[in-house]
Amino acid sequence: MNHIVIAPLLAPLSAGVLLLLLRHLDLRLRRVLSVAALLAQLGLAFALTAHVADGAILTYALGDWPAPYGIVLVADRLAAWMLLTTLLLALFALLAALRGLDAAGRHFHVLFHLQLFGLAGAFLTGDLFNLFVFFEVLLIASYGLMLHGGGAARVQAGLRYVVVNLAGSSLFLIAVGTLYGVTGTLNMADLARALAHTPAEHLGLARAAGLLLLAVFALKCAAAPLHLWLPATYAQASAPVAALFAIMTKVGVYSILRADSLVFGPASGPLSGLLDPWLLPLALLTLALGTLGALASRRLRLAVAHLVVASAGTLLAAIGLASPQALAAGLYYLPHTSLAAAAAFLLAEAVAVRRGALADALDPGPAMPAQRWLGALFFLTALALAGLPPLAGFIAKFMLLRAAVGHPASVWVLGVLLAAGLMGVILLARSGSLLFYRSSTHTVVEAKGAAALGAELSPIAGLLLLIVALTAAAPQLTTFTLATAAQLAEPAGYIEAVLSAGDG
Amino acid sequence: MEALVAMVIGVLTAGGVYLVLRARTFPVVLGLTLLSYAVNLFLFAMGRLVIGAPPVVAETAHAYTDPLPQALVLTAIVIGFGMTAFVIMLALKAYAELGDDHVDGERRP
Repeated sequence: MNHIVIAPLLAPLSAGVLLLLLRHLDLRLRRVLSVAALLAQLGLAFALTAHVADGAILTYALGDWPAPYGIVLVADRLAAWMLLTTLLLALFALLAALRGLDAAGRHFHVLFHLQLFGLAGAFLTGDLFNLFVFFEVLLIASYGLMLHGGGAARVQAGLRYVVVNLAGSSLFLIAVGTLYGVTGTLNMADLARALAHTPAEHLGLARAAGLLLLAVFALKCAAAPLHLWLPATYAQASAPVAALFAIMTKVGVYSILRADSLVFGPASGPLSGLLDPWLLPLALLTLALGTLGALASRRLRLAVAHLVVASAGTLLAAIGLASPQALAAGLYYLPHTSLAAAAAFLLAEAVAVRRGALADALDPGPAMPAQRWLGALFFLTALALAGLPPLAGFIAKFMLLRAAVGHPASVWVLGVLLAAGLMGVILLARSGSLLFYRSSTHTVVEAKGAAALGAELSPIAGLLLLIVALTAAAPQLTTFTLATAAQLAEPAGYIEAVLSAGDG
Repeated sequence: MEALVAMVIGVLTAGGVYLVLRARTFPVVLGLTLLSYAVNLFLFAMGRLVIGAPPVVAETAHAYTDPLPQALVLTAIVIGFGMTAFVIMLALKAYAELGDDHVDGERRP
């Protein structure tokens, strides 16, 4: 048993608990501690990735109870990739929060690390009920983060977010309960094997449970028509929190991918491919509605939030195309789109604080202080968000389009993807020209010094540099995502690794 | 007994869904509570309904009840309890800040 599998869980949990115990410590020391803990988690995530990069599937039986009787943690390429993406994004979100958000209310750093604990747990667990528990951990931390800083509009959006997710959790439990009632197991690898031997009279129940599970995960990843909670929530959360939340919908995408490739994958006999016919229509609908919502938005943050919905649609399309090439493209697109959305949320905040009452409304207003720097960053962020060359988003979308050629529904996929891309470009070009070019010449009084500007824009620049690095390392990273997709296409290895762990 | 339990779960769920769709926060919170009761009963019943049988190994026992759903229900109850407490606090805060308990936060005539 390799303890590196549980280390990415223990690190954020102990950091969160430690920060709670040391809550009376000077804020600066707590900040140092928080960033150091995050860097340590990043190191552990890199170590875990190095362990699984050769295709090994590591398992960790909690309490040494063998699977399927005990809960197992499983680390494969997909889990490591998701973990690494999350932590890289979280680092810059945390750096952005250090500018004062963490002092706006209590326990920001505690909640932040518990959120990372929930995210890491969701990616690493091999048990469906444990996945529910980690969903709840990350959700309750996200409620706290979402409401952090207070304000009537935020509380109102937060209440809806909480109620929607509580209803979703109830559905999740019903799906989990039904699957347990049919198969008598909750270990995902064992579920796949047990579903293959479902008696004919229980097939309908198992199907209903599987589709209910899809509905729950679709709610979490804001797939249409269950996406309406997202724009209001993300547009009302403070910018660093919204930046971190850019990864939250990807947990839903990850869960759908895991359910589709493993639980209802090739090993589950009569139920294999249960989710497949639903994914592509859902994906294209999400992409279309997200893009149209962004076009209709009158505020920059709302537009970015709708683009987060659209990016979940693109990722679901990559899963729905059901070919390793498409999936590899999607997995390469995932960190790119999360980082770009995070940069856009931070940038929208930087724009909003410089425009007085106009805030981030997409109306021409007075010229902003430091307009050139903001404009340059907006240009790069828009390139990344729209998936234009030369950044990684273009490579990923090109790979996805090439994988879609020859698919029976290729006309629909190519049509919607390209149309959504074009509308994204139009939207971002219009926003940029409204915010930066059509501003009047008399400038607002400079409110902040140059040093403050540097601290404000460096997390955004860092995120963009990371996207450039993603682009530069495209050959190596796409090789890795292709290997990940190949591993997911053959779940037999995963099932074997999990269920034989107890014998060794 | 199965029919009775099924009906109880059904009625609780129906009531919960109806209340969640109401426009004010208090019925919504009550609805979420009813839903979580229904879900807990449902999870419990997924281990099959057995009367008078122990969940752990005993020398005199002839039949057993499934202990796993009981553990799952316990976890679900704890989580549901915490979430309900949180959502009640949040609803109170929303009422205090918005001056209205409408879920859209808009004062209706």
